[in-house]
Amino acid sequence: MISRVVLAKLSPTMEEGTIVKWSKKEGDAVKVGDVLAEIETDKANMEMEALAPGVLRKILVPAGGKAPVGALIGVVADAQEDISAVLAKAPAASAPVAPPVAAPSVAAPPTPTPAAAAAPPAPTRAPVLAAAPAPRATPGDGRVKASPLARSMAERQNIPLTDVAGTGPGGRIVKRDIESYAAEPSRARGLSPAHPPAGAPASVVPFPTIAPGQDLPLSNMRKTIARRLAESKFSAPHFYVTVDVDMGAAVALREQLLKGENVKVSFNDLVLKACARALTRFPMVNASWGGDKITTHAEVHLGVAVSIPDGLITPVVRHADRKSVLDISREVKDLAGRAREKKLRPEEFMGSTFTVSNLGMFEVSEFTAIINPPEAAILAVGAVSKSPVVVEDRLAVGHRMKMTLSADHRVVDGALAAQFLQEVRRLLESPVSLFV
Amino acid sequence: MALLTMREALNQAMREEMRRDPNVFILGEEVGAYQGAYKVTQGLLAEFGEWRVRDTPIAEEAIAGVAVGAAFIGLRPIAEMMTFNFSILALDMIVNHAAKYRYMSGGQIRCPMVMRGPSGAAAQVAAQHSQAFESWYVHIPGLVVVMPSTPKDAKGLLKSAIRDDNPVIFMENEVLYNFKGEVPDEEYHIPLGLADVKRTGKDVTIVAWSRSVTTALAAADILAKDGIEAEVVDPRTLRPLDEDLIFESVGKTNRCVVVEEGWRYAGFGAEIADRVQRECFDALDAPVLRVTAADVPMPYAKTLEKAYLPQPEKVVEAVHKVLYR
Repeated sequence: MISRVVLAKLSPTMEEGTIVKWSKKEGDAVKVGDVLAEIETDKANMEMEALAPGVLRKILVPAGGKAPVGALIGVVADAQEDISAVLAKAPAASAPVAPPVAAPSVAAPPTPTPAAAAAPPAPTRAPVLAAAPAPRATPGDGRVKASPLARSMAERQNIPLTDVAGTGPGGRIVKRDIESYAAEPSRARGLSPAHPPAGAPASVVPFPTIAPGQDLPLSNMRKTIARRLAESKFSAPHFYVTVDVDMGAAVALREQLLKGENVKVSFNDLVLKACARALTRFPMVNASWGGDKITTHAEVHLGVAVSIPDGLITPVVRHADRKSVLDISREVKDLAGRAREKKLRPEEFMGSTFTVSNLGMFEVSEFTAIINPPEAAILAVGAVSKSPVVVEDRLAVGHRMKMTLSADHRVVDGALAAQFLQEVRRLLESPVSLFV
Repeated sequence: MALLTMREALNQAMREEMRRDPNVFILGEEVGAYQGAYKVTQGLLAEFGEWRVRDTPIAEEAIAGVAVGAAFIGLRPIAEMMTFNFSILALDMIVNHAAKYRYMSGGQIRCPMVMRGPSGAAAQVAAQHSQAFESWYVHIPGLVVVMPSTPKDAKGLLKSAIRDDNPVIFMENEVLYNFKGEVPDEEYHIPLGLADVKRTGKDVTIVAWSRSVTTALAAADILAKDGIEAEVVDPRTLRPLDEDLIFESVGKTNRCVVVEEGWRYAGFGAEIADRVQRECFDALDAPVLRVTAADVPMPYAKTLEKAYLPQPEKVVEAVHKVLYR
């Protein structure tokens, strides 16, 4: 059986991809699910798996080469099968780009540099907001391909097939996909909160030292960041509203949880939960400018900006308003970890309706962020720091945190932005309410 | 239990039935003086004499015609085809007479005959002597088609076939004649139309009959090393088919691979695949796959013969496909 290895559209904005490397050589036997190649999209490096067994007979686009989405990049077939007809139809492959410029040998070994860990908004955004995530099993016509068994299992377990990524041939959802979907910890109900520690969403990523004085080729991710954020900043009229939040109660609660329950919750987890809840009360902030209309989204999907070695990405906590602080905490930790390994699936970084970016871990007091289009607002969160505060007309030592909302004035007006922030602040200042 | 070859088991079945019922007799090429081209009728001429063990000319239509006529008047003939490759010369007798008369006479005329002999490939006997014709006979309403894979099944099924009032096409296999297996010492029968699980497993159902059972079991051994537990279901009787056992197995494993030595095109495996997709639709996690002979006449060269036939490796490959591995 001849199986054409075609460059899949691995993210909604992907138009072309670069073959980072081939994991199989021509002549290697491949099984379904074997990693054939690593592909750099504009978002992440993704592994492309074999959809049919056989032998990797031909590599049409070598490592380093680029190909447009849908292009034939290789052929898997039985060892003796005649593949000349398939090859005859293949367009000439583009030549590999020049290898990346090597750092001069005098450069210091890579050291962790806290240069740009979590950063402004993210360029990762599905063109259609609040739509179901686009799993690989959904071809262009919107039909979900699933084996009959997978279909009936999903029905019994009340699992929406559109949420499941298919790993069978052509992205078919098969039994194992339903099983692994159902087994994901974020979907398991009633988990004991005693164990999962909640790490900070964006810890420092070690960056390789870049030698000065060179022209760096643009990665696909860098190009997308440049395009999407310029588009946002130059078309959405941004305005900024900053509030100062008394985090005293949150600090106390966090310590209590850590000491009493051995549960680690980050300030950012609390911010996320507070935003999610506030967004349900302010649908106009959870909205999009659509040219001739404004769309308010039925769901609250929070983007969380995560710094990764050559850019940033915003994994999405779906239905954050329906999740507990602990669920959010666990999910962010998992997503951020896999984002750094470039292992996110497209549906995990698409479709957010509001984004939170936090540079608190760098002791940044405040900053402004660029809206992640087509969202209407983004929240930039600074560090919680001890500062002099006035309590009952006396000076005292308190914990303060500054948050700045960037809002698209086409959708959100100043008073609305202020009211929204007021609600987020109210929730953070009585953080117990976030747990009920 | 005795350890017998399939040849000996078949011989026992005929001997016991001939001792029990004087209406049972054998006719065919070389069945008497030569003791059978494959020695299945060994010793029967000596015990039962030439009235009951009849050597015939090389004339398959005549053998079948005599058998059909004898069956119509109440005898129970066992017509040996030296191989089923040449049974096609007798197709008119089988299809238009043996299979039809009970129906056309409103049940007044029965045709309790057995036509038996080897079918399928042996070893380098090439295009005209290697054909698996079960798909031809299962197509005909009015026939029963049996294909045993073990000595025990062969004996128990042949005894049931001889006692059955319908024409039974009983297809043996040249390669299996020497295969040994345990056969009960006591009298036993295996009812026609009853499948058997030859190996239990939970990951995939492999349906196979006759020599393909051997292929399927070898594949299951290979798969077991990889942690895949294959269930091998042997229908034993292809018509009527014990589909319930197959459905039960697929319901458990969610995957089905059919192995057959006949050609793929309109082969019997397609009948099984059709029934499984219809009756087990919601249980299937993958399409039903078939491992068959190549769609060409059997080549003579040994290497090509191997490439032509289903092999354990090909079954393993198909199982990997339905398991998406």
